[in-house]
Amino acid sequence: MIEIESLSKRYGELTVVDAVDLIIPKGSITAIVGTSGSGKSTLLRMINRLIEPSSGQVRIDGRLTTSEPAPALRRRIGYVIQGNGLFPHRTVAENIATVPQLLGWEPARIAARTEQLLTLFGLDPAIHARRLPAELSGGQQQRVGVARALAAGPSVLLMDEPFGALDPIIRAKAQEDLRTIQRQLGTTVVIVTHDMEEAFLLADRIAVLDNGKLLQHDVPARLLTHPAHPQVMALTGTTDRALRLLSLESTAAIVTAGEVSGPDLPASMSLREALSALIWAGATAGNVLDAHGQRSGHVTMQAILTRGSAAR
Amino acid sequence: MRPRLDLPAWLFGSIAVGALFGLPFVISKANRIVPGVPVGLVDALGPGSVLRWWVLAVIGVTAVLTQRRWLRLVATGLLCVWFALALGHAAQLLTPPGNAVVRIAPGAGFWCAMASVALLGVDAAARLQLRALARLALLGLVMLVLWAALASGYFDHVSVVREYAVNADRFAHEFSRHLSLALGSVLAAVAVGLPMGLACQGRPWLRQAVLSTLSLVQTIPSIALYGMLMAPLAALAVTVPTLAQWGIGGIGYAPAVVALFLYALLPVVANTVLGLASVDPAVVDAARGMGLTDGKILTRIRWPLALPTIVTGVRVVLVQNMGLAAIAALIGGGGLGTFIFQGIGQTAIDLVLLGALPTVALALAAGVVLDALVEWLDRRRPA
Ligand SMILES: Nc1ncnc2c1ncn2[C@@H]1O[C@H](COP(=O)(O)OP(=O)(O)O)[C@@H](O)[C@H]1O
Ligand SMILES: [Mg+2]
Repeated sequence: MIEIESLSKRYGELTVVDAVDLIIPKGSITAIVGTSGSGKSTLLRMINRLIEPSSGQVRIDGRLTTSEPAPALRRRIGYVIQGNGLFPHRTVAENIATVPQLLGWEPARIAARTEQLLTLFGLDPAIHARRLPAELSGGQQQRVGVARALAAGPSVLLMDEPFGALDPIIRAKAQEDLRTIQRQLGTTVVIVTHDMEEAFLLADRIAVLDNGKLLQHDVPARLLTHPAHPQVMALTGTTDRALRLLSLESTAAIVTAGEVSGPDLPASMSLREALSALIWAGATAGNVLDAHGQRSGHVTMQAILTRGSAAR
Repeated sequence: MRPRLDLPAWLFGSIAVGALFGLPFVISKANRIVPGVPVGLVDALGPGSVLRWWVLAVIGVTAVLTQRRWLRLVATGLLCVWFALALGHAAQLLTPPGNAVVRIAPGAGFWCAMASVALLGVDAAARLQLRALARLALLGLVMLVLWAALASGYFDHVSVVREYAVNADRFAHEFSRHLSLALGSVLAAVAVGLPMGLACQGRPWLRQAVLSTLSLVQTIPSIALYGMLMAPLAALAVTVPTLAQWGIGGIGYAPAVVALFLYALLPVVANTVLGLASVDPAVVDAARGMGLTDGKILTRIRWPLALPTIVTGVRVVLVQNMGLAAIAALIGGGGLGTFIFQGIGQTAIDLVLLGALPTVALALAAGVVLDALVEWLDRRRPA
């Protein structure tokens, strides 16, 4: 858990982050969104003290971040930036080993951990461990960047627009991998992004910053249904908010008993995708398939449309 | 498809042929100072087997026509050996037995042919893109062949070698003095320049001040710089007699080293600043974010990433000072320049060559060695 209390950063007259209070639950993904220059990076970098706050404090798992030297604090926190920041003169394995080495791990333990992480991120240790970053593709570099941040098993992972430099297909894969690995490891993730699509896809909670002020911190659906500020509405967009809302829930949420004639829809499918599938098939209802591929009930187009309406 | 006509090869080949047969191959002088009599290649070699001409023709045609770079490198190397052997042979032939006064000097034909063939060889070597180690080995091979040739006695009648024989003791002394001038000043420049470059890191105002001051020094001609150093160093020696005992004074070794050091400082500092500044800020940010301390960021990230650029600066400076050290002789600083300026004074061209040839060789060798070092340091940064 990360507790941020009335955290501010001022540069002279300019207040870049203004008295932000934010509680980030353990094991969740929180996205910090806002327009460019709204103070997202500054807020994130104050958590691991890359930027020292002007006032306020941060606790991680109850402990003040100022209770230890900044480098020691940062070794317990994963950090990933746009363009990955890999050390160009170090091999992939050496890059991943950075923090474990700083922490004085045994070489055998470091080697085992490196191999484990490479495998977890779909890279073959035999092939990739001894390569230099420049010898990898952009997507692979980015994965090594995340693997490096997770090397010493931090409970918190800070990410500043980590997927910003990737092309759409690789970005989608990276987002999916992050979600999977985060679930697996139970890491608390704070991710800065200006891509609302990404925020809605990944985040359990979204914090909206504007001009250094926290406008709203809530689950994604509430940002759409109950925006706390016109700026929040402007940011999330109004033209496709119904569809965005539908993208947040799966068919499993509104399944009702009984079989109908219509297409099969996996229970993990979002309502937005289910709606699209029904429109495509020219059907008004579809059967929901559970994780074992068994029909567990059905959803109707009417039910989906109701879920996407503000009047529900 | 490769172009059939290799223009530079034909050009250099023609120059070499023209020089060999159109210009005097050697100059025969009654003694070391008087102007000599030019002798063409055919006359210089005297009567003998026609085989040597066939050898020259075959190697020469191969060097020009071949499309294989390594073959051209070997052929040009052999051509150089042929020219050298011809020179040695001519010197033996044209020197009357027992006469130690007659000088047989290489003529314009020899120099032009040698230079154009060497250029062709260097070009071939460059295009081969030899690895650092291979280039070092090539340098070693050339030096070994050169040493063996001089030690064999075959060239003892060539004028420059004669001149060396007369000055052997002084040569050893001035040669090591030359090395100490060049290496000492560069080492001092590295010792002072690296910390200066580090200090400039992240302080734009300091960088501005340091670099513009050093650029100003760079523009002062060497003689003027010696002159400017003379007064303060002489004054220093007068006020602190101990320093004078160490040989520090207005003229001599000390001002020469100080001047060379000042010339070397700008490239070292500038490249240190450049190397450190060219490290990707994202890499430094990531390093700091992972908990590397400032010291570790410097030693593990900035420093290794900047090193190839810094060594490139040292290379420039070392080659430059190997040459510039020759000027030190003007103010009694010693070095190979001593022979050059003495030779000019006596119009003894052999003596000039005795100073100039090793100076050029040292500069070339320093370049090759430092290039290899840069490449080795750069091996972990694929292009
Ligand atoms: N060192 C600094 N001095 C002055 N202003 C700064 C400094 N760092 C950032 N800022 C300003 O703070 C604001 C927020 O920056 P940042 O947190 O990077 O925004 P975001 O990540 O949301 O784009 C920007 O307007 C930026 O110009
Ligand atoms: Mg930012």
